[in-house]
Amino acid sequence: MIELQDVTKVYNEGRQNAFAAIRGVGITVGNDLTAVFKGPSGSGKTTLLTLIGCLARPTSGRVTLNGETISGLPEKFLTEIRRKTFGFVFQRFNLIRGLSARENVMLPAYPLGLDHAALTRRADELLDHLGLGSKGGLSVEHLSGGEAQRVAIARALVNDPEYVIADEPTANLDTKLTAQFLDIVRTLRAEGKTVIMTSHDPRIWQADIVDRVITLEDGLLTADERGAHAA
Amino acid sequence: MSALRRSDVAVGALAAAASLALVAMLHAFVASRTPPASQAVNAALVRDLGLTDLVLFTDARYTRHPSVADLHSAFQDHPMSLDHFPSGSLIAPPRHIFGTGPRFASDEEIPE
Amino acid sequence: MIRQVARQRYLIDFTLASMMRRKVKNVVLFGVYFLIVFVLASVMLFGSAIRREAALLLANAPEVTVQKLVMGRHDMISGEHLEALSAIRGVRRAEGRLWGYLFDRGNGANYTMMVPPASDTTHAVGPGEAIVGSGIDRVKTIGRNEYLFLIAPSGRFFKFTVKERLPEGSGLVAADLVLISEADYRALFDLPDGVYTDLALSIRNEKEVATILGKAAKAVPNSRFVTRSSIARTYESIFTWREGVLLALLGAAILSFAILAFDKASGLSAEERREIGILKAVGWETSDVLTSKFWEGALISLGAFLIGLIAAYAHVFFFQAGLLEPVLKGWAVLYPDFRLTPHIDPLQVTTLAFFTIVPYTAATIIPIWRAAITDPDTVMR
Ligand SMILES: Nc1ncnc2c1ncn2[C@@H]1O[C@H](COP(=O)(O)OP(=O)(O)OP(=O)(O)O)[C@@H](O)[C@H]1O
Ligand SMILES: [Mg+2]
Repeated sequence: MIELQDVTKVYNEGRQNAFAAIRGVGITVGNDLTAVFKGPSGSGKTTLLTLIGCLARPTSGRVTLNGETISGLPEKFLTEIRRKTFGFVFQRFNLIRGLSARENVMLPAYPLGLDHAALTRRADELLDHLGLGSKGGLSVEHLSGGEAQRVAIARALVNDPEYVIADEPTANLDTKLTAQFLDIVRTLRAEGKTVIMTSHDPRIWQADIVDRVITLEDGLLTADERGAHAA
Repeated sequence: MSALRRSDVAVGALAAAASLALVAMLHAFVASRTPPASQAVNAALVRDLGLTDLVLFTDARYTRHPSVADLHSAFQDHPMSLDHFPSGSLIAPPRHIFGTGPRFASDEEIPE
Repeated sequence: MIRQVARQRYLIDFTLASMMRRKVKNVVLFGVYFLIVFVLASVMLFGSAIRREAALLLANAPEVTVQKLVMGRHDMISGEHLEALSAIRGVRRAEGRLWGYLFDRGNGANYTMMVPPASDTTHAVGPGEAIVGSGIDRVKTIGRNEYLFLIAPSGRFFKFTVKERLPEGSGLVAADLVLISEADYRALFDLPDGVYTDLALSIRNEKEVATILGKAAKAVPNSRFVTRSSIARTYESIFTWREGVLLALLGAAILSFAILAFDKASGLSAEERREIGILKAVGWETSDVLTSKFWEGALISLGAFLIGLIAAYAHVFFFQAGLLEPVLKGWAVLYPDFRLTPHIDPLQVTTLAFFTIVPYTAATIIPIWRAAITDPDTVMR
């Protein structure tokens, strides 16, 4: 369970071009829910995700994970928590060129020094699971958009995180691939993972697997509704 | 998957290079312990003929016999003249010309 | 521990994969690095082997050489002093030496002409006979009849029968030597009787050299003394001069190389920055990123160092430093052909290793460190 308490985020703080992207948000997410953040462009959705996922620190307020404050922790611990707790699927996928799909999936586990054969097996299982069984050895430059996203999802899952955080996961996908993505989320949900997404896409926040839809405007929460699944 | 990993290849190559370097050091160590026969021959030549220098550069007096060359042989024509020979730039002037006494090797004291 | 090793292997895997993306750049870098180490190590190994050889061989040089100086120039010295010198207590023997240079107009070579000392019975030469060093053959055709023709500075022709050649391996001390009899020597150079090039003293106890020099200075005015220890010192410093120059040059090369690497890295491309962000976002610590970069620097610089050192060793001791030869030869026509006894000075190698590996590795890590400590939230955009 992640709780944000009166969190603000000011970019370029103290400078002429300072900009408050999040202006006092209190929210709790977690507990096997699939949550979607929606809102106009520039409302602070991505910023909020980076705060939830420990990619950035709030300017003020605090972030707690299962009751423990983590927003003030030093970098090293924050990284460790991030690695164990969160899996990220970025809008631009952010796969590393020059590495094979399999290596990209294995990447988050490299610093753990796990047994190579076991880790390779795990990556292959994940890829297989996502219908990419035959593409493991392929360099990621050669993957199609949908395939690249599934590799990114596999990478997010390799350390078996509790939370999967996805920023605009379907922005680059067509209808068919969007449906496929939702299927994957369905499976994750069934496996007990919390999926937190942002989206502009009604197909996402109206999907039958969404438990909660949160609206953000100008850095403030303006609505917190139940999703189609909960309704 | 038992395919060779890139790291294995690289570390293997590095280890091979390191052991080769070690072999070279060992080779040098053994070789300096067992000098070739020519070393004894050369030492005998130096002793018998009273040689003072090695034959490294034969192009000028002060490079062929740097240790017994004139005090100023490199500057014979003019104290500031530049060296004519490339090897002259590769050889430091003999130590004794930096010495205090004009007639003595640098740290031999002039006795009373 | 096993974890740590496994972690390092993963990080090396990753580093290599990302190096493969810039294959050409890294191969060129490696090549340049290899060349720097190769040249530097060749010179170092050559220099230290020569110095060692000189120390071993010239330990047998005459204890004291007495030269006459006229207006700062070396001049012929009278044999009259021999009596006074050998009378000094502690002097075992005083001998007049005849040696000098003969320039061969025909081939541009300089020979060292020498009369073997009377005490040396193995190299005794009669009138009209000559013993030649191993290098003479290469620059001068001695012919089937074993005749050596020389033109004296006066223009007179001289014909010598080559009685013997000095052994093949003696090039380092005797390549350009031509040993002839005293009578022939005086005739060749038009020297009057009783003068010598210099006088050699052999001394009973090396510790007495200073005392003996004091007495000798009174006995032979206008003279200069070269002791065995000053010969040794001359050769201790030989090549260090040039090594210094080379070191300075290559130091500058390494420095500019490091600046290049630093500059390149501090202007990290957007892609590289993004990559670091991605790694951190997916759970790499700053130290993981730095370690993988460390391996990039280390693989290149350590690899280039080791291979450069091995190549230099082979070059100097198995291929007679063939690539340095043009530099060493200078204007000399007659160049000795010698094989150096392999020798490695551990301190020198350590220094070389330090100065080649550390700066480059540091230069690759430091700029990354700046990128690696920033928050990774930018990868979300
Ligand atoms: N590094 C930064 N410096 C200054 N301003 C920033 C920075 N990053 C984001 N912003 C600003 O913060 C605001 C919120 O950005 P954010 O990316 O969170 O919006 P968003 O809701 O995700 O928008 P979109 O739907 O277009 O993705 C934007 O107005 C953006 O310009
Ligand atoms: Mg956004």
